[in-house]
Parts: sequence; structure tokens; C-alpha cells
Amino acid sequence: MSDQAFVTIKNAAKSYGTLEVLKDINLTVQRGQIVAIIGPSGSGKSTLLRAINELDPLTSGEVWLEDVQINKKLPHRQYEAHVNQVRQDIGMVFQHFNLFPHLTVRGNITLAPRMLKGLSEADANKLAEEQLAKVGLSEKIDEYPSRLSGGQKQRVAIARALAMKPKVMLFDEATSALDPELVEEVNLVMKQLAEEHMTMIIVTHEMDFAASVCDRVLFMDQGVVVEEGPPSVIFQNPENERTRNFLRKHLSR
Amino acid sequence: MDTELILRVYPFFIEAAWVTIQLSVLTAALGLACGALGAAARLSRLAIFRWIAATYVSVIRGTPALIQVFILYFGGPQVGIQLDSFAAGTIALGVNIGAYMTETIRGAIVSVDKGQTEAARTLGMSRWQTMRKVVLPQAARLMIRPLGVNINALIKGTALVAPISVVELTYTAQRFIGSTYKPFEMFLLSGLLYMVIIYVVGQGIHWLDRRARIT
Ligand SMILES: Nc1ncnc2c1ncn2[C@@H]1O[C@H](COP(=O)(O)OP(=O)(O)OP(=O)(O)O)[C@@H](O)[C@H]1O
Ligand SMILES: [Mg+2]
Repeated sequence: MSDQAFVTIKNAAKSYGTLEVLKDINLTVQRGQIVAIIGPSGSGKSTLLRAINELDPLTSGEVWLEDVQINKKLPHRQYEAHVNQVRQDIGMVFQHFNLFPHLTVRGNITLAPRMLKGLSEADANKLAEEQLAKVGLSEKIDEYPSRLSGGQKQRVAIARALAMKPKVMLFDEATSALDPELVEEVNLVMKQLAEEHMTMIIVTHEMDFAASVCDRVLFMDQGVVVEEGPPSVIFQNPENERTRNFLRKHLSR
Repeated sequence: MDTELILRVYPFFIEAAWVTIQLSVLTAALGLACGALGAAARLSRLAIFRWIAATYVSVIRGTPALIQVFILYFGGPQVGIQLDSFAAGTIALGVNIGAYMTETIRGAIVSVDKGQTEAARTLGMSRWQTMRKVVLPQAARLMIRPLGVNINALIKGTALVAPISVVELTYTAQRFIGSTYKPFEMFLLSGLLYMVIIYVVGQGIHWLDRRARIT
């Protein structure tokens, strides 16, 4: 069971007009595995991540979660229903948090579970309390997002995603918008998820973090996966010239 | 300035102001309904709805409101639409301001950060659930002020039904000028009453806007 393919991306390609953003990408992520995607700006990292939950559908290729094809071609109504269903299993965390500013922390976390899973108010509240405790923000449950620091916002965003009990979590530069002193609290939450064997795909510019929590690192450049392997190999002994150049710039900081 | 005359005629102006208020309220209600429908159509997935709404907006905004009032009141009977002047005025002005409100409402909706929609859709919410629970509550706050501008314009625009003899403020001023030859006093009086109405409505909108911002 544990070495079974969980997220599978087959021959993924994506173009905007004539611009090829992803070119024939293949990726298999096992249950409980943590994969980091690194690479220069514009290399297609976000596009690949957003293809997984159909935010930016692929031009061609397939995305699977276990035995369900996420990017199935279906008539509009069925497609919408299908996508709404599979997205419940895929949590996503954004660079800019995207908390709902008109709702309290509690409202942010309970909105989707109540609406989509039919949780009662009491059950939803319990769920919110659990998830907040996990990210260490129990006392903020009745605050509005505008009263939180960036690090706290991102932790709430993670709690909101976790409240849907997803099978996999996608992180798109979750700490890039944070002041340096707030990065660690978010990294800690992600590390804790790693210890709980959450399957995660993490786009990041933080090489130290990638090296310390990830099982595998993918280096992308110009829409292709140039090199992939365990962090020890990618960071200490990369084969490819482009990987070496990229890391020289990013590790010397 | 003939204050004695003003004291004599002002009850008629108060009555006319009441008509202006009724016109404004009904026009605003109709305008908001047209605006909500128009905005929904402009944001529809279906091209035909988008096209209908875009045509509505550009036709209405491309012609004088006075012409629209005349077409409905004078031209209506020719195609079988018989309306009294108050009804014709209300409908024409409501449909007119609805085109502007369509743009206001649409503008507020599209100015809600795209990340909000992405976050909601990512959780598994449908397009409509996202609109209702995430986008519209935020857009509603954004549209209070610009809708206030539309409503301000609409109140002043009610003067355009004077030529079809709705007995509102502007028509009443004109009527008394005919018998008193005192245009300064008469227009001053109606102008003042417009100002009072607009001031009160403006304060109401200001209050709504502040209240919506508190959280
Ligand atoms: N909606 C779009 N229309 C056209 N081009 C796009 C669009 N979205 C992304 N691109 C292009 O696709 C390429 C890959 O973008 P992507 O955001 O995936 O890069 P990235 O690796 O995430 O970069 P960064 O590290 O800056 O976030 C870029 O060249 C970008 O300009
Ligand atoms: Mg990116």
C-alpha cells in the first residue's frame, strides 16, 4: 500500500498560445511522500501545481489521484460536479493566504465543511477548534483575518485546507510573502504535517527547508523537470549543469 | 425675493417633493433589479446573455434619458403600451439607471481578488457557492459607494419626467412660474427640496458604507 502511486502526472503539457509552459512532465508521488519542486522564476512550478487540482487545466496529459482521473474530459455540468468533488481531497495553500476577509477564523475554516460535507454547526465548530489547535492558534478563533500577522494568516489557511481532510496538500510558496521572522512558524506546521505522513507537494524557494523535510526534490527549468532525486543528491551532488547553476545562486545566500 | 409667495405655495412643493421621493424609491428599486440581472448576465458563462446585457448597457448609455422617457410615454401607445405618465417615467428611469448599476455591480464583483475565488474553488465549492458565500459578500461592500453615486444621479434625473407632466418638483416649479412669473423663487424652492432629499439619502449611504466596513 505504502509504495503505491498516489498522485500521478502523465505526459503533462500546457501552453498559453504559443508559449509552452509545461513540456511532457511525468511525476509519481507515493502516499505519504513529500516532494519539493524548485526552479527559477517562470519555470512552470506554479502551473504544474495548479494543474493538479484543475485550477489551470493542462493542454494535454493526465492527472490522477489514486484511481481517479482529475482532469477527465466531461460535459460541462458533469465536469464541474466531478472537479468540485475531487478538489475536496486536494488541499491547497497559496503564497498570499487568500483567507476570506469577511469571515472570522472560525468562519474561514467551517465554511466549506459545513456547505460541502453537511456538518452541523457544533461538529464544524469542533473541527475548527481541532484544526486551530494543530496550528497553534486556538485563541484566534473569533478574530477576523485582518487582525492576524502574515504567519498566523498562513497557519489559518493551512487549518482551513486541513479541515476538508484532504488526501494531499499542495503548497505554492507558502512562506514567500512572509517577513523572515514569520517563516519559521509556518515551516514548523508543515514539518508537523510531514511527521503525520501527509502527502505533500511543495513549491518552494527555501532550499534548507526542502532539504530538511522532503523525500524528493524536482528541479524544473523552462517547463521541464531537469533533474530529480533525493535531497542529498540534488543539493550536494547534482548531475545537471543547470541544476548546479541554479543552486549556486540559491545556496550561497 | 418674495417670501410671502414662497410661504403661500410651499405646501404644493412639499407634495411635489413626496412625488419625487416616490419616483426615486421606485426607480432605485427597479434600477437595482435591472442592475443585478444585468451584472449576472454580463458575467454569465453563456455568450448570448453577455451579449444581451452588453447591448442593453450600451444602448441605454448611448442615448439621452429624456429620449428614453419620451419613447416609452409618447411612442409606447403606438406599439400598444399604454402607461400613465408616472408609470412610464418610473419604468424609463429605472431601466435607464439599471444600465449604470449593471456596470457598478459588475465592477464590484470583478474587483474582488481572484485569489478569493481560487481559494473557495480549491476547497471544492461550486461556482455558485463561491459567488454567494465568498465573492458577493465582499462585492456588496465595495458597491455601496458607487451605487450611492448612481442613486444621487437618479434622484436628480427624476426631473426628466417633468416634460411628461408628472407633478414632481421640477414640473411644479414650472407650473407656478406660469402663474406667478417668479422663476427665481420657484426654482430656488424646488432646488432646496432636491438638496434636502439628496442630503438625507447621502447620509444614509454613508452610514451603510461605514457599517459595512467595521468588520
Ligand atoms: N495566465 C497566463 N497566461 C500566459 N502566460 C502565463 C499565464 N500564467 C503563467 N504564464 C507563464 O507561464 C510561465 C510559468 O509560470 P509559473 O507561474 O508556473 O512559473 P513559476 O515557476 O511558478 O514562477 P515563480 O517562481 O515566479 O512563481 C511563465 O512564463 C509565465 O509567464
Ligand atoms: Mg509560482
